[in-house]
Amino acid sequence: MKVVLQNLTKIFPGRSKKPDDVVVAVKDFTYEIPDGALVALLGPSGCGKSTTLNLISGLLDPTKGRIFFGDEDVTDVPAEKRGVGLVFQNYALYPHLDVFHNIIFPLQNLRGEAKLTREQMAERAKRTARLVQIENLMERRPAELSGGQQQRVAIARALVKEPRILLLDEPLSNLDARLRLQTREEIRRIQKETGITTIFVTHDQDEAMSISDRIVVMKEGTVQQIGLPQEVYDDPANQFVAQFLGTPPINVFRGAVRGGRLYIGEDDVLAVPGVPDGEVSVGVRPEGFVLRPDGPLVCRLGRVEVMGRDVSVVSAHDAAAAPTIRSIISAENLPDIGGAEVRFALKPAKVRIFSPETGERIRGTEL
Amino acid sequence: MENNGKAWLYLLPALVLLGVFMIYPLIDVCVYSVEEGYNSASQTYFGVGTYNYSYILHDPYFLQALKNTLILVVITVPVSTGLALFISFGLTSIRKLRDLFQTIYFLPYVTNTLAVGLVFMILFKKTAYTDGMVNLLLSWFGGPSVDFIDGPYWAKMFVLCFYTVWIVLPFKILILTSALSSVNEVYYSAAKVDGTPKGRVFWRITLPMISPMIFYLVITGFIGAFKAYSDAVALFGTNLNAAEMNTIVGYIYDMLYGDSGGYPSYASAAAIVLFVIVLTITCINLSVSKKHVYY
Repeated sequence: MKVVLQNLTKIFPGRSKKPDDVVVAVKDFTYEIPDGALVALLGPSGCGKSTTLNLISGLLDPTKGRIFFGDEDVTDVPAEKRGVGLVFQNYALYPHLDVFHNIIFPLQNLRGEAKLTREQMAERAKRTARLVQIENLMERRPAELSGGQQQRVAIARALVKEPRILLLDEPLSNLDARLRLQTREEIRRIQKETGITTIFVTHDQDEAMSISDRIVVMKEGTVQQIGLPQEVYDDPANQFVAQFLGTPPINVFRGAVRGGRLYIGEDDVLAVPGVPDGEVSVGVRPEGFVLRPDGPLVCRLGRVEVMGRDVSVVSAHDAAAAPTIRSIISAENLPDIGGAEVRFALKPAKVRIFSPETGERIRGTEL
Repeated sequence: MENNGKAWLYLLPALVLLGVFMIYPLIDVCVYSVEEGYNSASQTYFGVGTYNYSYILHDPYFLQALKNTLILVVITVPVSTGLALFISFGLTSIRKLRDLFQTIYFLPYVTNTLAVGLVFMILFKKTAYTDGMVNLLLSWFGGPSVDFIDGPYWAKMFVLCFYTVWIVLPFKILILTSALSSVNEVYYSAAKVDGTPKGRVFWRITLPMISPMIFYLVITGFIGAFKAYSDAVALFGTNLNAAEMNTIVGYIYDMLYGDSGGYPSYASAAAIVLFVIVLTITCINLSVSKKHVYY
């Protein structure tokens, strides 16, 4: 089922009751989520991603705009009639019910024609439990489960009523690092197996990049960019998106374009045909640096961190926005790094230029 | 071993106080209750046996007190707890005037028992000049005039129960409102998304989540009602036996200090009987709670 958001806007009243003191949590969000896709709403805290999720679930009513599930306008349909499965950040499992009764809770709410017999409920619960691999935990209470297991139960409870849309609010934030990797694969698998349109909220770009079909990057209630994960990474719409995606993060320099050449400090680093002259902000991905004895970008060497497959060269440059520049260099054929100075050439595909005032992307003919 | 000695030393002040003021009197009451014909003036007794128990269990005043206390417990504990739950649920559901209502409901708690008793006298008592507020209301609806303070047994019992419920209500409301507001909002959101009907949310989510508090109120309610005495005095005066409104604690008091008093052995036996009843009820409560209370 596709989900269409049309000019979705949510405004909360501010603390003082003055009419102009308001918080715009979501601003004019328009997007059509394709059927069966796994979409990540990505952004720092307070960017409006959870609000968007609550608007889709029906727990909040939009100030403006419409929401469609397929062709049905659900904007005025209350949460309980929308047929969404929602997994909360802290899972919200009922502590006094065992896993089985937590899972069948939504089914017991069905009335009239949809009402299920005891056997049908047990059958559905069993099938869903098998999908998320918790069949052997049915008699336990939530307190007797690990975080990852609770997460699975929460997903099972959301899926058991066969919702039209699955919504996950920060599904991995309560898990430790190892479990997080495992669980995100799991979410991907479950989503693929059920084919259900899934929207999840996260502030972790790694999480968003690794499992989603589409990423929506948000900041202060406004959508910054929507696209395929690789596309958003390679072709960021602005400096915020470029800085938010990627670990280690993109390195930012103050620079200038003069006569089609890009300067970082006084170093003439790259040809940038088609970019107008002027001050710019330059972003270079860590993997965009190439160690070269005659490279144009001259940096002071800090230290070299060995990571096995790669090495990370930490250095500094006067024009850099941060005190250190981090570059990732393949450990194969690594030239000898020594001395106080390290010189880099830049890969044009990994260099992005932004307006220093607005942060908007400045595109040349090649970049 | 050395550490252990130190630990006992630290515990000593508390243990001594507990021993002197709790354990020793408890044992002493047990001892009194089996000493037959004990005379507190001469500190002598005839022998040891169960006569004291036999006496009070055949004393019509004690049986009356026992009956009154049981009726009071059976009526006021469920009614006050249920009513408190209803009111606090209402309080958490409204936004406007919530603080005002909370204050109004809490007023009886800070009011003196005897002052409240006086107010109840005005409401219920029949005098030469007036039939009292309640009778006035009754007569408006065409009901008969009833003397609630000196009249029939059921009328007096009604006033006592009414009074008890009213006086214990504020504390229960206070506890339950805070219990209700401590239930995480996210459970209600989850229930809403799953289309849970309101009644089911209350019975299957809210009630289990606040069940430890309800259980606490039921246990303390039982114990409190069994110990009722001052409420009856406030309403019916000190001669409770004559008013047929005595309670077990009232009977114990009368046996010690009342007009017919001076019998610490009978008082002790009655106290032990009360203790056994309260203990039994509390044990039953505990075993029931194992099944229905979720921590």
